[in-house]
Amino acid sequence: MNWLIAILQTALFVALAPLLAGFMKFCKCRLQNRRAPSLLQPYRDLLKLTCKQPVISEDASWLFCVAPYIIFTAMVLAASVVPFIAVDLPTSAEADVIVLVGFFAFARFFLALAGLDIGTAFGGMGSSREMTISSLAEPAMLMAVFTLTMTASTTNLSGAMEYILSEGVVLRPSFVFALFALLLVAVAETGRIPIDNPTTHLELTMIHEAMILEYSGRHLALIEWASQLKFMLYGVLISNIFFPWGIAESFGLSALGYGLLVISGKLILLCIFLAFTETAVAKMRLFRVQEYLGFAYLLGLLGMLSHIILESTR
Amino acid sequence: MSWQKKFLQQLEDAEIFVKSTEISPFVELWQIDDKHWQRFAELTAENKFRWAAGWAEQSGVQFYVYACFEKSGNYILLCATVNVSKPELPSQATVYAAANRSERHSHDMFGIEFLNHPDPRCWMRHKAWGKRDYPLRHDFPVQGSPVEITPPDTDYHFIQSHGVGVYEIPVGPVHAGIIEPGHFRFQAVGELILNLEERLGYVHKGTEKIAEGRTPEGLAKLAGRVSGDTCVSHAWAACMAMEQAAGIEIPERAALIRGIFAERERIANHLGDIGAICNDVAFTFAFMQMMRIKELWCRTNYELFGHRSLMDKIIPGGVAVDISEVASKFILTDIKQLRAELADLIPAIDLNSSLEDRIYTAGYLSPETAAYFGTLGFVGRASGQDFDVRRDAPYAPYDSVAVKVAAEDQGDIASRFWIRYKEINASLKLIEQFIEQLAKLPEGDLVTHWQTPKTESYGLGIVDGWRGEIISYVRFGENNTIARFYPRDPSQLNWEALEKAVLNNIVPDFPVCNKSFNCSYSGCDL
Repeated sequence: MNWLIAILQTALFVALAPLLAGFMKFCKCRLQNRRAPSLLQPYRDLLKLTCKQPVISEDASWLFCVAPYIIFTAMVLAASVVPFIAVDLPTSAEADVIVLVGFFAFARFFLALAGLDIGTAFGGMGSSREMTISSLAEPAMLMAVFTLTMTASTTNLSGAMEYILSEGVVLRPSFVFALFALLLVAVAETGRIPIDNPTTHLELTMIHEAMILEYSGRHLALIEWASQLKFMLYGVLISNIFFPWGIAESFGLSALGYGLLVISGKLILLCIFLAFTETAVAKMRLFRVQEYLGFAYLLGLLGMLSHIILESTR
Repeated sequence: MSWQKKFLQQLEDAEIFVKSTEISPFVELWQIDDKHWQRFAELTAENKFRWAAGWAEQSGVQFYVYACFEKSGNYILLCATVNVSKPELPSQATVYAAANRSERHSHDMFGIEFLNHPDPRCWMRHKAWGKRDYPLRHDFPVQGSPVEITPPDTDYHFIQSHGVGVYEIPVGPVHAGIIEPGHFRFQAVGELILNLEERLGYVHKGTEKIAEGRTPEGLAKLAGRVSGDTCVSHAWAACMAMEQAAGIEIPERAALIRGIFAERERIANHLGDIGAICNDVAFTFAFMQMMRIKELWCRTNYELFGHRSLMDKIIPGGVAVDISEVASKFILTDIKQLRAELADLIPAIDLNSSLEDRIYTAGYLSPETAAYFGTLGFVGRASGQDFDVRRDAPYAPYDSVAVKVAAEDQGDIASRFWIRYKEINASLKLIEQFIEQLAKLPEGDLVTHWQTPKTESYGLGIVDGWRGEIISYVRFGENNTIARFYPRDPSQLNWEALEKAVLNNIVPDFPVCNKSFNCSYSGCDL
């Protein structure tokens, strides 16, 4: 039964990811005084791409063709690990937060390889930039995550959430730092403004898009879907770790329904917040990203320190 | 003036004898012997003349080769003749870097050898016609020699660089966005740009060739299509040249309307550019707002004059549409609205520190480099090149108003951004002044009756388009037909300055640097 719910939850997660991307686009359009495309547009795009025949470069190896499947699978697995509607699911007991970071790194590794594989200047450029950024983002993310795990004394996400729920509403300075650190990392890792611009047509400024420039058809659909999943993963992670209240602690229908409602509300608020920041700022100069991520790392570190100094009971 | 006397003295000392003819208050034609071609350029360079344009034309068994120089609003149109059988001329590109591509263009089109040219690679000839074919010679057919598939342009030798970590990024000619085609070859170390080389010519439309044999009306139409965003100014320059050749004056009313059209074009493009610069650094909010304002502005053009970018509204001898009293009032309220919109929007853009961080100090073009390449328009004016045809060699209607020119020497993207904004304000004031003058004029003719120009008569139209000085050369043949048309878009000079402005910037900053120049591909490729 529990496994069934876990699988259903993951399926729901995967199915809803394009909707979240559509909603994010909607928020941004409204803030720019534009009419927004339908919330279902990302689904239509995915369908359109799936129906199209992929065009593959003559220089591409098998790696280029399998990478989309690997990346997508890694993201689906990651989605199964993160408590979405309910905590204490068997999948999240199997894998902890380190594994989650590992899934991200695994997907990124193959994406970067695929970017290099076709041998175009843009692919290589995008891969090099992506690796530069992720080498800075990963430590920052781990630092934020460790702050959380030290508080909860577990690296298991479900366990950590249950611990926070059981403690009630407590203001922890370490969590405030970790929240902001994770927000900054999430923006960088999901390729959003001010780090990367997912809607740009300027090849030379691209990071994520440069790596996938040569993809088309169903391959592109999978990669797009995977990045929508990644965006949603970060959204759910931030919402549920720092504001876990409302998540279903039992597997009753009403509890699950309520849990879905609450997480939707949290994601909507998060999207609106992100849309505001994205509208208000221009993209950062590429060489500024290290300062940005350095700052995220510093916040994570401060979170850890404030936990040790202020919150640790021993 | 003293420098003129000195210059003439120097010419005399160098034993260069010139036959001079005045062709307009600001332009003189100087004919010299072809062997002095380079020496003359050395002397003009010494006297701080700017190299403005260069082209050639065929007349029977001879080529006329032209070069245009400018100093403080005075133009010298230099002309030399060479034989078709042995077309050789010392190169001026050794003295003026700006002449480089222009001479290569003349070489590809006419087969004129410029001796000691620093860069003998072809420029306009890709593979669409043979190596020994010269399309602008009279014996080359108008329809060209088309092949089924043009072979790829593989043997163009780009500048190479070697070393650890140096890599090459080829960009274009087909881009991911809807922009004109052009190839950019970067040499970079990490993200730092070591060198940028442009390869243009992908939008070669044969403008010069298909102009031959046209009627004046036909040429005005063609000129309006040299570059789609400069319909008014290119048509104006061509018409000015034709009117000069025919010896006619346009009605005062037509001149004012032309002025209004040209300023409306300038404003529309500047609005779009300000937005586009913001878009290139992903500041989409400002982009959307500026595009909205530009759209409203263009719609007014459509409602009042029948075309969004005022194409074909300038015709030989005058203008095609009148501005009625009602239209004048409409324009004035429109201006008021635009000012109100900008008053809200510009402070919001100005206060955005993330935008500031991207556009200040990036894409720096030093005043020295700008002068070296004869950079024009807002690009030049942002780098200390305080020149504007409307003020320095004024033509109707600008001779009746004081034209305020914004000039800075900050030279970065921000400077080009804010110069555009200042020019919008100046242009709005100009339109108001023109409308005021228009109201005082009685209703009258919009077009002066056309007189067939004498065979071989010619004219040089020089106007200030929104990108800067446009020079258009027109020569008539028999029976009111065009024998030669050459438009020099300011982009031709600004493109070369862009190559230098991006050095020591990082690769991802190139698009915004490029946008801040916003050179025309079509206007340059012809």
